[in-house]
Amino acid sequence: MLGKTAGGLFWMFRYLERSENTARLIEAGQRIALTRSSSAEDEWASVLQSAGAFGGYVEKHGSEVNRDGAIDWMLRDPDNPSSVLNMAEAARNNGKTVRTALTREAWESVNENWMTLRDALARKVPERDLPDVLTLIRQRSAFVRGAMHGTMLRNDIYDFARIGTFMERADNTARILDVKYYVLLPSVVAVGTSIDNVQWQTILRSVSAEGGFHMTFGQDARPREIAQFLILDKRMPRSLAFCVDKIQSNLGYLATDYGVRLSCHDLCDQLADHTMSHSIDEIIEMGLHEFISDFLKSLAALGSQIEIDYRFYN
Amino acid sequence: MDGALREAYSDFNGWFESEDPSRLRKKQAEAERLFRLTGITFNVYGRAEATERLIPFDIIPRIISAREWSRLSRGIEQRVRAINAFLHDIYHRQEIIRAGRLPVEMIAKNAAFLPQMIGVSPPGGVYTHIVGIDLVRTGPDEFFVLEDNARTPSGVSYMLENRETMLHMFPELFSQNRVQPVQNYPRQLRRSLAACAPTSAGDRPTVAVLTPGIYNSAYYEHSFLADKMGVELVEGHDLRVVDGRVAMRTTRGYQPIDVLYRRVDDDFLDPLNFRPDSALGVPGILDVYRAGGITIANAPGTGIADDKAIYSYMPEIVEFYTGEKALLKNVPTWRCNEPESLAYVLDNLAELVVKEVHGSGGYGMLIGPTSSKRELEEFRKKLKAKPDNYIAQPTLSLSTVPIFTKSGLAPRHVDLRPFVLVSPQGVDITPGGLTRVALKKGSLVVNSSQGGGTKDTWVLED
Repeated sequence: MLGKTAGGLFWMFRYLERSENTARLIEAGQRIALTRSSSAEDEWASVLQSAGAFGGYVEKHGSEVNRDGAIDWMLRDPDNPSSVLNMAEAARNNGKTVRTALTREAWESVNENWMTLRDALARKVPERDLPDVLTLIRQRSAFVRGAMHGTMLRNDIYDFARIGTFMERADNTARILDVKYYVLLPSVVAVGTSIDNVQWQTILRSVSAEGGFHMTFGQDARPREIAQFLILDKRMPRSLAFCVDKIQSNLGYLATDYGVRLSCHDLCDQLADHTMSHSIDEIIEMGLHEFISDFLKSLAALGSQIEIDYRFYN
Repeated sequence: MDGALREAYSDFNGWFESEDPSRLRKKQAEAERLFRLTGITFNVYGRAEATERLIPFDIIPRIISAREWSRLSRGIEQRVRAINAFLHDIYHRQEIIRAGRLPVEMIAKNAAFLPQMIGVSPPGGVYTHIVGIDLVRTGPDEFFVLEDNARTPSGVSYMLENRETMLHMFPELFSQNRVQPVQNYPRQLRRSLAACAPTSAGDRPTVAVLTPGIYNSAYYEHSFLADKMGVELVEGHDLRVVDGRVAMRTTRGYQPIDVLYRRVDDDFLDPLNFRPDSALGVPGILDVYRAGGITIANAPGTGIADDKAIYSYMPEIVEFYTGEKALLKNVPTWRCNEPESLAYVLDNLAELVVKEVHGSGGYGMLIGPTSSKRELEEFRKKLKAKPDNYIAQPTLSLSTVPIFTKSGLAPRHVDLRPFVLVSPQGVDITPGGLTRVALKKGSLVVNSSQGGGTKDTWVLED
């Protein structure tokens, strides 16, 4: 398999994951804005931060964040490299580059994802259409995943696609935690009471975890449990532990398949140890913010090492 | 259809008459959706808007009888063998020039002639592995060769996808008509390429397709062929010369390639040997090639055989190398670099088609009968300024085939490009080809870059 193809697949699936996550973040942001108008602007700023799109937004529009501007920036602004529209196009271009590695069904699903979103995002999305458009983005993404899952061989091609998916997802969940970590910290005000309902619901909603959480912990959520759920719960498909576990197994398949262990395997093991060797109380004790920052740094380092070890670029 | 129905169409016609036109219109729209979804698009150069376009597809197949096809194939095979012999000769002893059958300046002054290829003998003696011969029909059993595409003929993916689309939309047609399959092409292509591998290659030579990348107008075809053959699709930056071999960068290190089916032009193939600014090629690949370390298909320098000026000598070329009269006719051609021909062309401009010697894609040509006085005058100036640059041909009275329009069937002009594979094992012609159709009423220009469309091409079984 060409190094370029491995890199193309890795990024193609990062792009798809990112556009889906962005749609989730917007959905959660919209929800909070509709239920609590007073601090809506702060909320959109933190959505932009979670989506990794704040810097670019400020550069183009200044630091005044408003709902319409933020949503348009994240969905379709051509100047935002991570906008859903740009991601759909980039994923499709990567799909073209790695076309020979994809089944016809997988390729067509990526192509159709782009064709559909290009039309849906051709113009500014009016508020009344927003829910439908966000649903469409998630559905299209699910189609791609389904076509991959149902038709692709479980070989190195699949491994690189999966590694890309879970690298991006881990990054996304970690950034949500990074932006909102203060909500989850035990504070004087919050002791003994449940935290700001809307805030924690937003967090859960932005990782599509409301249902799962309630199933596990019931209705009365406490911040510690949310942190536990999003960081350490291996049943939760967007938790850090789950994602790292998947990256580790897929890198492991590559090592077995190729018969070689590389530096990235050591880095991944370290990351897994670091993520999973502490209880949530220890993590909060050591500092939730520091924990997340370290995680993001290690994750980025792992990404670069995979790129080198499997010769994506040279 | 020249008024009367050709025999090959009789079964199809029975089906068509019994079909509801509105169902067919729906099918026509469905075909377009399928093409978009599959991504069978092409890029139009020099247009910022709508960079990806579909080649219009017409649902009425073009049908050729088994008898017609076998006559055609014999002519094509003869021509392709002659082209390969000609290429070998031109880069070795140049007997045809010594014999006085081809003027030396046709080669010496020709930009398509590559001095780097002199004395090089490609593995298996094959220069042009993949050939597309453009034919037009002027009457029953009367075909002319319009052009030989011996460099990197494109369009074979349309031949295959058009058939897939028809099979998907009208399965019943293929139960009723005995149509020869084209789907073996990718397998045969791979087999044919592998058979041309250098002798140093093992039993299972590594084949790869070289593309300029996703923005190339034929990228879809490159990825399609690589995918169907089950080989890697590489770009210049994936390749490098390692230990005297051309190797591709894989996730496990560099792996040598035995046969490279390149869809990159000669000029861009090797920045060390040709255009130094090319980022599409592989530095040093030509040196590896000359040392016998890799097969490049088609060989560098094959363009000398499909040049429009050389074309006019094809009857002589076929006779010189095969000892037989050419079975397929050439369109009479005036070479404007000859003073008498130029005078004739200038006098009869309004009746002629004038083409650039090195042009392709229907660009830069004049179609006398449909041009205005002003266009004729402008072209006259160009001709006088650079006569070497042009050839002229009469406008043929092309036959037509039916297409499906809003108001039913209507006749349109077509050409046909069958695809030919050459290896030491022989010449293989896929029964079918790419039929391009001029969708505009009365138009003779079938190029997709100029608004032409395509059709499925059926060769019936006996």
